[in-house]
Order: sequence, then structure tokens, then C-alpha cells
Amino acid sequence: MRVLIALIAGSLFGTGLLVSGMTDTTKVQGWLDVFGNWDPTLAFVMGGAILPMLIAWRLTQSRKPLSGGNFPVPPKPEMDRRLIFGSVLFGMGWGLAGLCPGPAMASLSYGGFEGLVFLVAMMAGMFAAPKVGAQLDRIANAT
Amino acid sequence: MNPEWIWGLIGGLLIGLGAAVYLLGNGRIMGASGILGGLVDGSGKSEAKERLAFIAGVIVMPLLLKPLIAPQAATHLTSDLAVVIIAGLLVGIGTRIANGCTSGHGVCGISRFSLRGMVATVFYILAGGITLVLFRHVWGLI
Repeated sequence: MRVLIALIAGSLFGTGLLVSGMTDTTKVQGWLDVFGNWDPTLAFVMGGAILPMLIAWRLTQSRKPLSGGNFPVPPKPEMDRRLIFGSVLFGMGWGLAGLCPGPAMASLSYGGFEGLVFLVAMMAGMFAAPKVGAQLDRIANAT
Repeated sequence: MNPEWIWGLIGGLLIGLGAAVYLLGNGRIMGASGILGGLVDGSGKSEAKERLAFIAGVIVMPLLLKPLIAPQAATHLTSDLAVVIIAGLLVGIGTRIANGCTSGHGVCGISRFSLRGMVATVFYILAGGITLVLFRHVWGLI
């Protein structure tokens, strides 16, 4: 059941990424590049994606997940340096290449050699992240 | 309205629908970096099957549908491998340290009015915009 739901969710996500054009790095970079030929597509994608989720979060208030368990509790509204520092690093990579984790996976079948290299580098980064995060904490605590 | 914006909106609705199915069905936040990252660093071993099923859907659907609905679709990713590798490493490290990316913090966080999600989104968009403008227009490197 959980596996089937995950497969359906992933299929919708992958289809949406293809349909929206978010697997095209020129659209993403076109949105980030306010000094170039600005492309507003990404804002429509974000807005479109948030709509069903507004309803979904509302529905979580009165029921339980279909496959049992509980809904995730909201995180404490704390701004820690990991959230900020990590988001800045992510944004730098996103700006440089125009790919974020979802589209990197979704375009694997037609992203060519470069797409595969990006995905492997991203997974290497994910593997190293716990160590980098711990190092960051050490540096911050020492100063 | 530009047809590309309409396709963006339709694609966005599908992305949000996927996130809603994942949340209401499995009680999980649909974050691409978390689902993949948990497999890579071993922290999500117990739910490996559903993570793999999700990723299979993400990869297989564009493979099947691209010839039918978007035969011209391309990533237009730079062929400069140094940029590709550095960007990939930054995205991988950054999303895991921040505990989320465009889908988790962006789509799922903002729709929940999560302060963390909104702050993360502001920072990665600002960092992305500044990086792109510097590298493209100021230094002319990409």
C-alpha cells in the first residue's frame, strides 16, 4: 500500500516536472536571471503546486494518513544556521546549473551525460552532507 | 497568456497533486532531496522500498511520456563539466544540510505557512539569483 502510494505520488511529480518545463534549465535560470530575458514560468509552477497542497494540509486536520500512522508535526519555527547556510549552498548550485533534486532525477532519461554527472555529483554531496554539517557546527561553536 | 505559463500551471498542479497524495496517503512530506538523500546516507533505510518506488515514478514517467507530450523537451544543461560537478555537489550538500529543497521547503513548506520553509525558499532563491547574475553577467563565466 505505502509502496503503491509512493509510486503514484512519484509518477505525478515526474509528470508534473516534465509538463511544467522545470526539467529545462533555461526556464529555471530564466526565472532567476532578473537581468536577462526574464521568464515567469517558475512562479506559475510554484503557485500551481501550492494550490492542491493548501487543501491537503487542511484535510490533515481532521483525519489520519490512508496507510496508518500520523501526519508529520510542524517543526519548531526556529531559524538555525543549518537552514540558512544549507539553503544558500543549494541556491548557489541551483543558480549555476538550473537543476534542483526533483528535475535532476526526472530528466535522467534524456539529460544526457551531463545530467548523469550532475545526479552523481549531487548524490556524492548528499553522502558527504552529514560530515560537512558536523564540521560547520564545530566551526560555529568554536567562534 | 503565454502557453508556456499555462503548461507551467498545469505541471505545477500535477506536482502539488503528487505531494498531496504522498501526504494524505503515507503521511509524509514529499521532498525530493529528503527521499533520495535518505537512501544515499542510509538514514532512511527502513522505508527504502517506498523511497525507491517514488523515485521510480519520477524517472519512469518522463521517460514514457516525453515522446507523447513533450518530444522537444531538453534539459539544456551546460556541457562545462566543472560547473556541472560543482553545482551538483552544492545542491546535494546544501539541500541535506537545510533539510529540504524546492519541493519540501518550497511546495510543502509554503503551503503549510511554515516559517522555516518560507525562509529557506527566500534564501535559496536569493542565492540562486545572485550567483547566476554574478557568474553570467558580471564575470561571464557561465
